[in-house]
Amino acid sequence: MPKIDPTPLFHPISPGTPRPVRFAFDGVGVSARTGDTILAAILAAGLPCGTSEFDGAARAGFCLMGSCQDCTMWDERGRRLRGCMTEVTDGQRLRSRPYDDET
Amino acid sequence: MSETTTSDVIVIGGGLFGAFTGLFLARAGLKVTLLERGQVGAQASATNFGNLRLHGRSARQYPLSIRAQELWESYVRLTGETCDIDRTGHLYFARTDRGEAQLRKEVETAGRFGIDSQLMEGARLYDRFPFLAPGIRLAAFSPRSAVANPRLSTPPVARALLRYGGTVVEGCEVARFEHGSRGFAVTTADGRHFAAAKLVNAAGAWAGALAAQAGETVPMFSAGPPQFVTEPLPYRLHPSLHMVEGDVIVRQIPRGNVIFSGYPRTRSLVSGEFTYVPPEKTLRGMRALAESVPMLTRAEIIRVWSGVEGYLPDMLPVIGPSATLPGLFHAFGGSGGGFQIAPALGESLAALVRGEASPVDLKGYGIDRFGKSAEVSDKIRMEFDQPA
Amino acid sequence: MGGEPIVAIVGAGPAGLAATRVLVQAGLRPIVLEEATLPGGQGTRRLSPLSEPYRAALYGQGADAMARREDTENAILAKCDYRPGTLVWACHDNQLELLGPDGFVGQPYTHLVIAVGATDRIMPVPGWTLPGVFTLGGSQVAVKRHASFIGRKVVFAGSSPLLYLAAAQYLRLGHRDLTVLDTTPMAAKLRAFPAMLRHAPRTAMEGLALMAELRRGGVAMLSGGTIRAIEGDGRVERLRYVTRKGRETVVAADAVAMGHGLRAETQLAELAGAEFRFDPDFRQWFARTDAMGRAGETLWLAGDSARIGGAQAADAAGSLAAQSLLASLGRQIPARLLRRGRRRLKAQLDFQRAMTGAFRWPAETVAELPDATPICRCERVTAGEIRATLAAPVGPVEINRVKSITRCGMGRCQGRFCGPALAEIVASAAGETPGRLRAQAPVRPIPLVADTEGAEQRA
Repeated sequence: MPKIDPTPLFHPISPGTPRPVRFAFDGVGVSARTGDTILAAILAAGLPCGTSEFDGAARAGFCLMGSCQDCTMWDERGRRLRGCMTEVTDGQRLRSRPYDDET
Repeated sequence: MSETTTSDVIVIGGGLFGAFTGLFLARAGLKVTLLERGQVGAQASATNFGNLRLHGRSARQYPLSIRAQELWESYVRLTGETCDIDRTGHLYFARTDRGEAQLRKEVETAGRFGIDSQLMEGARLYDRFPFLAPGIRLAAFSPRSAVANPRLSTPPVARALLRYGGTVVEGCEVARFEHGSRGFAVTTADGRHFAAAKLVNAAGAWAGALAAQAGETVPMFSAGPPQFVTEPLPYRLHPSLHMVEGDVIVRQIPRGNVIFSGYPRTRSLVSGEFTYVPPEKTLRGMRALAESVPMLTRAEIIRVWSGVEGYLPDMLPVIGPSATLPGLFHAFGGSGGGFQIAPALGESLAALVRGEASPVDLKGYGIDRFGKSAEVSDKIRMEFDQPA
Repeated sequence: MGGEPIVAIVGAGPAGLAATRVLVQAGLRPIVLEEATLPGGQGTRRLSPLSEPYRAALYGQGADAMARREDTENAILAKCDYRPGTLVWACHDNQLELLGPDGFVGQPYTHLVIAVGATDRIMPVPGWTLPGVFTLGGSQVAVKRHASFIGRKVVFAGSSPLLYLAAAQYLRLGHRDLTVLDTTPMAAKLRAFPAMLRHAPRTAMEGLALMAELRRGGVAMLSGGTIRAIEGDGRVERLRYVTRKGRETVVAADAVAMGHGLRAETQLAELAGAEFRFDPDFRQWFARTDAMGRAGETLWLAGDSARIGGAQAADAAGSLAAQSLLASLGRQIPARLLRRGRRRLKAQLDFQRAMTGAFRWPAETVAELPDATPICRCERVTAGEIRATLAAPVGPVEINRVKSITRCGMGRCQGRFCGPALAEIVASAAGETPGRLRAQAPVRPIPLVADTEGAEQRA
């Protein structure tokens, strides 16, 4: 399970905005505003959005406009998504690796 | 007038054929100058798929191929470096009657040369390779087959050549050569001069024009396969796979990228400098790969490429002495199968250049074989776009 | 060419929208392809529904005019074959390859306008891959799309007029811990300013007004010097830089927005057959076009993807490209209109060219990067690995071969973010002008099998 940072990277412009949408990322429950992108919700929750395949360092998005692919993640059907370009849906289950990692 | 650089042998072409030929000559004590029009190992030697496949070769090629595998297995000793050589094994699989018949024939041929190629089907196949799609009739596994990273394969050979006293000149396109009583005088496009008693034409897809200067015309054409690579994914897919019906050739590297190649190949541009990958071939390959390895259905591809490779009608390279000029030797036209045989080709050709017997019989590879009744391989029909 | 013309416009940013407007006014119904779900582009990106409440705060008096402009754009797009959420991933033989709601589709064209914009040009520094470092453009997208700030203590670092614009947007939305660190010294800006003022007085004055606004808002502004590193334990904690006078300085931060100007998105244009030239002022490769943006028999380019010029230049270039396209269809375009358009475009492009002196791409800093600095984010290739490859006997000298050997530029972003720095490292080793990474399809990653159930609602 990823570690939750008590001081998240993203801060909603209006901190009090309700977060009625619920989804799971790497097994952690995350809440989101209606209309949020997956990435914004994950970063506001104090989570990174994955790790580098090659040095294991945390990824947390970079260009935020679908170009750098840093926020690559997968849904439970195995589809690759860009977290910054995809609106979150209630009940969604997402992960930072393409397959479940039992080899 | 610039000075002339003199050596024992000039090798034209810094691909894997030229680099290995140069290395084996230099190891035997000859002074070798290798001239490369661009950068060492950057054309077909770098753009090919990277299979070191030991079965499924034409019967004529087995002796060369077997020797080549031994040399690839000694690559680190030969060059002092590595190029991601990985003994993954190689699996052919067939989904049709015709493919199945072809596979049995291939395995029988491999067996005649002592190559271990094991037929597999049913549970035995799927237990071992669970990622394969259902519907595979028969497969053949060659445990000794391997893969290498073609992009990295040539510079270490060229560096070994340097350590044996050779010279490598990059960015040096040969414009013409003349043959006289003292051997060969080579002039480059930028006006440099080189001289040597012996000359090796290993100029890849550009070798035909040099052969023509010796009055030897070869029916070579340039083409390349559509290839693509996926994003890095967990390493699950080994060995290297090849559907005999032709449209899926695939392997995964430990970093995670899945590399695909397929047919039909595409002719290079008329300029001979580039081969496009028509998007419809990419899409077709993507679908075929997903059908063969369903776990990759959602994989994303990040890059396509092809290469400028020399092909000959019988899908075999030219290796051996010129039929017109003593002291000139040819090594080109890998026809999509040149990567694996390169080290043995270099070793054998180096022997011929030095006036010794080739360790491997090179009969059938001569440049004079393209007469009126020239053989045309079935592969030309199966693996290329047909004229409309 | 026979038959009805099929006009396709790729990109619904300022350039694509301007081209669309001109073509629709001429009675055509172009196909407009946009990867995002909303039109508007990046710099002029529209607010998402989540960010809509901040419109007045962000744009002040300009908010109403902006809303009217968006209505006009919508009305024009309604008269087109407009396809949002559609990626153009390849172009070959007068056909575009699309990935959209209907999966993979081939779209032949007779006339093509490419207006796909730019992304931030990045000069890596140690620590630039830490969580909390975003692109400068990304910091603006954070507020306009994600309704979020990228941090509590934000440093806008690099060299770009957008450092000031982004900081002002954060300020207007109530953020109160902002620093602008512009690596180009003030003296260089002063030298460039007269020319900027001459070419585009209004834009130049807007820049000054922006700086005054930041000063009033208490935003710290530093200029000159070199960014040494972004540091922190698993995330951004501080930025270390050296002033022009050589003093080491540390700025506490939990987020850095970095950018050194823009990098044209040239891949699709190259696949469509454009040729390129190196622009020494911008230190990047732009497509060759005529004054109207025509780059080939069936190809026009407009906006930042053709030449970095900003939104106003993009608007002018989009109109001109469309007029040139109409002329090729035999339509009469009043010469007066063309003259005016070309003048407008030239003024903006000259302004941008003058600005390259005021906001410098710090090419020379690649030499100072420690070997351990990652250059390629995707493949994690370091400066040291690239240097070692270049230094080896028979090492590569050409950027595409360097990529081939080191993997730098081979990852998911396809060289977009490492490419400019890689080019400088190779150029400094070879002592030549920076090279250009060749474009290869797909322009973005595409799945083997398209999912048409639409879970990736591209936002």
